[in-house]
Amino acid sequence: MTGLFTTTRRGAIGLALGAAAAIGLGTPAAAEVSFEGKTIEWIIPFSPGGGSDTWARFNAPLLGKYLPGSPTVVVVNEPGGGSTKGANLFAARAKPDGLTILGTSGSTQFPYLLGDPRVRYDYSEWKVAMAAPTGGVVYTSPSTGVTAPEDIGKLAGQKLVYASQGATSLDLVPLLGFKLMGLDVQHVFGFKGRGDGRLSFERGETNIDYQTSSAYIKNVQPLVDNGTAVPLFSWGALDENGNLVRDPTFPDLPSFAEAYETLTGKAPEGPEYDAYFAFFTAGFPAQKMVFLPKDTPQEIVDAYQAAFEAMKADPDYQANKEAVLGTYEQVTGKAADTLFQRGTIISPELRKQVVDMLAADYGVKLGDD
Amino acid sequence: MMDTLLSALANLLTLQHMAYMLLGVSVGLVIGVIPGLGGIAGLSLLMPFLYGMDEVSALGMLIGLVAVIPTSDTFSSVLMGIPGSSASQATVLDGFPMAKKGQAARALSAAFVSSLFGGIVGAVILTGFVLIARPLILMFGSAELFMLALFGLSMVAVLAGRSLPKGLAACAVGLLIGSIGGAPATGEFRMIFGTEYLYDGIPLVIIGLGLFAVPEISDLLRKNSTIAEGNSLGSGWLLGIRDWWNNLFLSIRCSSLGCMIGAIPGLGGSVVDWISYGHAVQTAKDTSQFGKGDPRGIVAPESSNNAMQGGALLPTMLFGIPGSGSMAVFLGGMVLIGIEPGPSMVGPDLDITYSIIWSLALANIMGAGICMGLARPISGLTAIPFPYLAPFMIALICFAAFQATRDLSDLVALLVIGMVGILMKRFGWPRPALLIGYVLAPQAETFFYQALQFDGWGFVIRPGVLIIGAMTLVSVYFGLKNRVDDTGPTGEAVVTSHASRNIQIGFAVAMMAFFGLALWDATSHSFLGAVFPIGVTVVGVVFGGILLLHLMRGHKDHPAFFDYEIVGDHVGNEGNGWFWSGPAWIAGLVVTTALVGFYIAMIGFFLTFLRLRANASWPRTLLLTACAAGFILGLAYMLNLNFPSGWLQSAYDLPWPFR
Repeated sequence: MTGLFTTTRRGAIGLALGAAAAIGLGTPAAAEVSFEGKTIEWIIPFSPGGGSDTWARFNAPLLGKYLPGSPTVVVVNEPGGGSTKGANLFAARAKPDGLTILGTSGSTQFPYLLGDPRVRYDYSEWKVAMAAPTGGVVYTSPSTGVTAPEDIGKLAGQKLVYASQGATSLDLVPLLGFKLMGLDVQHVFGFKGRGDGRLSFERGETNIDYQTSSAYIKNVQPLVDNGTAVPLFSWGALDENGNLVRDPTFPDLPSFAEAYETLTGKAPEGPEYDAYFAFFTAGFPAQKMVFLPKDTPQEIVDAYQAAFEAMKADPDYQANKEAVLGTYEQVTGKAADTLFQRGTIISPELRKQVVDMLAADYGVKLGDD
Repeated sequence: MMDTLLSALANLLTLQHMAYMLLGVSVGLVIGVIPGLGGIAGLSLLMPFLYGMDEVSALGMLIGLVAVIPTSDTFSSVLMGIPGSSASQATVLDGFPMAKKGQAARALSAAFVSSLFGGIVGAVILTGFVLIARPLILMFGSAELFMLALFGLSMVAVLAGRSLPKGLAACAVGLLIGSIGGAPATGEFRMIFGTEYLYDGIPLVIIGLGLFAVPEISDLLRKNSTIAEGNSLGSGWLLGIRDWWNNLFLSIRCSSLGCMIGAIPGLGGSVVDWISYGHAVQTAKDTSQFGKGDPRGIVAPESSNNAMQGGALLPTMLFGIPGSGSMAVFLGGMVLIGIEPGPSMVGPDLDITYSIIWSLALANIMGAGICMGLARPISGLTAIPFPYLAPFMIALICFAAFQATRDLSDLVALLVIGMVGILMKRFGWPRPALLIGYVLAPQAETFFYQALQFDGWGFVIRPGVLIIGAMTLVSVYFGLKNRVDDTGPTGEAVVTSHASRNIQIGFAVAMMAFFGLALWDATSHSFLGAVFPIGVTVVGVVFGGILLLHLMRGHKDHPAFFDYEIVGDHVGNEGNGWFWSGPAWIAGLVVTTALVGFYIAMIGFFLTFLRLRANASWPRTLLLTACAAGFILGLAYMLNLNFPSGWLQSAYDLPWPFR
């Protein structure tokens, strides 16, 4: 009981301090929190190299610089089990002292949402410190006869081929999305990454593909300019209330919902759309998140949020953020919370619906222990 | 064009750039010398320093590191028989026997000059190739990549050893081990038997160390002598350079091969050394010395693995597709300093591309130069009595092994694979054949499935497929003609291995049981998930069956019989230890780790081993233990890693490094 009481009281203090900071009294949130001389371990459940690792290594020194007491933040890679191993370790071992944080990705969210037997972590127990959205653009080959996004209707009834990393990977979003749109897409699995898939598109093996925003700008835009690729739509972004809007990076491209409407004549809705929407949120707007463990006092959470906000003005952040984050801003506070909720909660019925579909159509089994 | 070349060159030759490159080279040297640590560890080490550095210096540092690793990892391959990284597994085959003959310095200098040359050839090829690389790389579709995987597998023919059925059965075992974990087509998990560790398959580093390092350590432990038999280390320094010079054309061919294979995304660098080793054997007139210390067996893989690093830069820079783990980290580094890979690397950013390529050449020169200088003093290691060296080597391979997933299971897997390796070595089952199968299994299966999905069976008449298919047939033909045996002394021995026929049959039956297990597991999977393991199993059972027939019916001198315990060169010497003493020590370390965590276990292991096995005095024991403990601690601190924990750690909360 005492423990519970303490937590609540601390939470109250933190809230008060957070509010003070929010209305601009100028004091950094939670002045009593200090990590001076400490080392903070940032667990990344992936191997070195690759998106999540690079993202954490970009943020780590800045986070250290702006956390109270300027601690050293080190990135600790704990790869394995498609990122479930590192997340399990964090759930089992991290203490609520702010010295261990976890960086997750869509690949950590998806097994959780699907009910993978390897998952022994529970997102709802954790405190979100920051969320880093991303976006992506779907494009097709001109051989389909499509010359502009408005022509998407021409794809109906055509045989499309997509290079996928696997039915339970991040490519579950295009799988569910294309299915929802009624497109006849053959998913060829076993690709190592989206870059690999793009190569297959460039070789002419596939005729529909998507790339995340920065890869799209750098690698697909030249193809569009050459006339060897035609953009169709962006997956879209979420506004503060969690509504799907056009991706601000691609204001001229329709969002998924608009493209759906062009194809079918009505706005997307219903349980299948809800299922798609949960995985879309976990895979794009809430793709990368930073978590503090269960029972972490609110003032520590606030200190982290404040540090993540403060680093945005740093010249090092400004100089390299485009290459690492694309054109999206990392968010904290309410925005991060909305993404966290939307990207980690799925109703049991929707989960069952997706898992059953994957088993029936693609022979997917989620392991057997 | 000329302007671009010149401005790239000017950037490159500034003092600042050279200084940073030297820094990268030095870190790469140290990391490369430690077995199991390669580009990934080194690059992660340098990442935090990238902030605030200018592009050219940062790139110089990263390239310096990447370039030198395939050079410096040769030390452990040659001197200890531990593959320094996946790129120099084939070097062990002839390098280590040379070290055992006391020719370590010769082997090392041949390796370094080949590395140097390979790196430069790679850079020269890239300089011209980079401009036309995009369309060429795009010519390799899934169908062609599948054929390349088959081409790689054709090297099994040359590495199959004395008994072809044995070699093919070993390759089938490798293919099955490589197929453990998620199936490429459906994602279902094969042969995991409810073990979480097996979901991701067994990591390459474990297979490499288990098959090659553990059996050698175990052998040496029994002999109690030094690695180098005889006293002299040989002043083979110049001899090694002459070895390379005499095989200049082999070196050129292997460098070009390495550069090309590296440039094709999808195949991965871990087979390059085997392909060039196989090539060296296929084109040699006299193959009797391969596997026993033929310098050509060093020149070929070492020329190709440095050139491969250059080739691997192409898909990384032009398409943003990393060809290997270290290239993935390199890509991350590029992004951190604000360089995004893509078509612009051969457009507006061409000067960056050229400074990367030439940095590579320069770093190779620096690295090989430094290694040459170190070759003589470091090869002195082989003159140290082995009982003193053994605990370091065992600790090092365990440290290297748990880099894979940082889990106790890594050590258990190492032990199991190590025992398989020991038995394979004893009974003349070719370990390279298993390794090649393991490495190429995922590629062969994935690309075959994708090719069928994209083109249907029509893929077999694509021109690229036909060309690579013809190359494969030629390779098989020459391979069968020039088969090489890495199992030690053969032929002339008067004694035959027929005497231990029954245990040899027993081991073959055990391998058949493994096929049975795979088949049983496959029955529970969907067609797409099961077709590959079933196909491989059928091949394995057929050749395993032929082998069993040979073993049961064959005459006394049949090449299927082999037992190193009967024909090995140690037989008849005094004081051979217990056959299982090597794995027993490793098992002791693993069990203690499960109880008290790796760091405490390692210290205990050192104390016990040095006192009981090496009969060292207390002061010496304590000094050596302290050195090892400090060294491992320093490494772990720099790499930010936690040691595998045991029961003690789950019960009590201990401070790092005991955590």
